[in-house]
Amino acid sequence: MSCAQTFSDYALRSIGFGERLLPRSDFDLCQQFVLIGSGLIWNVYFGILALFIGFFIANAVALAKASANPWLRKPANGFIFLFRGSPLFIQFFLAYEALVLLPRAGIEIFGMTVATSWLTKAWAGALIVLILNTAAYSAQIFHGALQSVPKGDLEAADAYGMTGWKRFRRIVWPTMLRLAWPAYTNEAIFLFHATTLVFFSSFPAFQQRGDSLYYASYFADKTFNPFVAYPIVAGYFILLTLLLISVFGIVNRRLNRHLPGAVTGRMKYRPQLIR
Amino acid sequence: MFASCSDPSALEGFAWLMCYLTSGTHLLFYASFGTVLLLLAITAPIALLFGFGGAMASRSRIAPLRWLGKTYTAMVRGVPDIIFFLFVPIALDQGLEWLRHQALCDSSQPVWQGNDFVVCAAAKLPLSTSPEWVHQTYGFATAVVAFAVVFGAFAANVLYGAMQAVPRAQLETAEAYGMSPRQVTRRVLIPQMWSYAIPGLSNLWMILIKATPLLFLLGVEDIVYWARELGGTKTNAFTYPHPDWRLYYFLAILVFYLLMTWGSEKIIGRLTGRLSRGQATLAGEAMRKTGGA
Repeated sequence: MSCAQTFSDYALRSIGFGERLLPRSDFDLCQQFVLIGSGLIWNVYFGILALFIGFFIANAVALAKASANPWLRKPANGFIFLFRGSPLFIQFFLAYEALVLLPRAGIEIFGMTVATSWLTKAWAGALIVLILNTAAYSAQIFHGALQSVPKGDLEAADAYGMTGWKRFRRIVWPTMLRLAWPAYTNEAIFLFHATTLVFFSSFPAFQQRGDSLYYASYFADKTFNPFVAYPIVAGYFILLTLLLISVFGIVNRRLNRHLPGAVTGRMKYRPQLIR
Repeated sequence: MFASCSDPSALEGFAWLMCYLTSGTHLLFYASFGTVLLLLAITAPIALLFGFGGAMASRSRIAPLRWLGKTYTAMVRGVPDIIFFLFVPIALDQGLEWLRHQALCDSSQPVWQGNDFVVCAAAKLPLSTSPEWVHQTYGFATAVVAFAVVFGAFAANVLYGAMQAVPRAQLETAEAYGMSPRQVTRRVLIPQMWSYAIPGLSNLWMILIKATPLLFLLGVEDIVYWARELGGTKTNAFTYPHPDWRLYYFLAILVFYLLMTWGSEKIIGRLTGRLSRGQATLAGEAMRKTGGA
C-alpha cells in the first residue's frame, strides 16, 4: 500500500473518516506517522478549546480571588485549591464516574428533557475537566500577576481620572496579562501535554478514535517495539510545543510593545515549572 | 478480619460497612497508599541525584559531557511526561532482556521476529518461574526508573538555574581566598544554591505528588487500580454486593491527594523560611530587619 493511499485512508481516522479498521499487521513507518498525526487532531482540539474557554474563567476567578468580598474570595480559593491540589488523572476518573451516574434518559427540567449521555463522551466530559483544570492553574498565575501590577501605574491612572471599569480595562488588565504571559505560556504547554491523558483515564475511545498517544501505544503494544511509535509522537509534540511558543511569543511582543527595548527581545522557552 | 464478619449477608448497616471496609482486598487497597508513599520516598532522592548530575554536567568544561547534560535537560521540555512513563519501562525491560539474551542464549537468533520481541526463557526478566512478588517488584522498579529519569531532567533544569543564580561575587570571593574550582563548588556554590533552588524544587515535589497516579498506566497495582477494582458493581455472587461505588473511592483518593499537597505546602513554607535566613535576598533581608527567626 502506497503512502499516499495510507494518508487518504487514515489522515482523518481519529475523527471517524476514512478506513474503519486500524492496520493489524505489517505496520510500516508511513502508517505510524499518519495515524499518530491523525490523533494529534484531538490533542489540538482539547488544547485550544480548553485554553480559550479556560482563559475567560481564569480571569474571572483571579479577580474573585483578589476581591475583598469573602463571598467571592473564598469560593475562588476553594476552586483553585481543589484543581491545583489534586492530580488531573484523578480528576478525569472522578468526573467520568460522576457523569456516568447521571440518568441515561436525561434530566427533566421544567418539563423539558435535557440529554446527558453526551457528557460521558470524551469530547465533552474530558474537555470540561481540562477547562476547569487550566482555569484554576491560570487563575493562580493571573492572580499573582494582578498582585504585582506596579503601584505607579495605578497612581498614573488615578491622576488621569480613570476609575472603575475604565481603569481596569485600560491599565490593570493589560499590565496583568503582560506580567503573567511568560508563566501562562508555560501553562499552555503543560495543558497541551496533559491532553495525552484523556484516553488513558476512563473516557472511552469510541470506535478507536483516539489521540496521538492512544495510537502510539496501540502500535507499541502490537509491535512490541516502543522505539518507533513513541519517538514519533514525541517528535509531533516537540513541533506542537515550538508552534505554541511562537504563537505566544507574538502575543507577548504585542503585550510588551509599549515598553522601551522590548521589541527586540525574543521570547525563549524557559520551563519554569509553574504547575 | 473480625469474627463477626464471617457471614456478611446477615449483617446490616454500620456493622456491614465495618466488615466491608476491613475485608482482605480493602487492606490491599490501604496498603497501596503505602506504595504511592514508597514511590515518592524512593523517587525523590534518586531524581534529585539525577538532576544534580545533569546540572553539573551542563556546567562542565568538557564539551561532550556538557552536551550530554544539556540534551538531558532539554529532553523533557517539549515532550509530555506521560510518553516517557510509557516508553522508559518498556525500553528498559527490552534493553535488559536483550543484554541477557546476548549473554545467556543462542545469540544468533534475532530478538525481533516479525512483530514479536522474543528472547529465550533464560533471558526473561523476571524469570517466568519467579514468584509473584518478584514480578511486582520488578514492575515497580522500572516505574521508579521512569519517574527518576523524567523528574531528574526537571530537577536538572531547576538546579542548573539555581547554580547560575548564585551571585558571581560570592564565587569570586572564594577564588580570592585561594580555593580551587572544586573547593569553590563544594564549599560555596552548592551550599548557596539551595535557597535559589527551593522554590523550583518544591514546585517539582508538588508535580511529583500529582504524577503518582500514573503508576496505574505502568501496570502497578496502585490506588487507582484498587479503586476501580473495588468500586465496580458487585453482583450477589460476591460476598459484599453493592452498586457502582467507584465515585466514592475516587473521592477518597482525591481527598488523600489534597491532604498531601496541602501538608507539603505547609512544610515547604517553613523550609523556605529556614533557608532564607542570612541570605542576601528580599526574604532574607526582611528577616534580618525584623530580627526574628
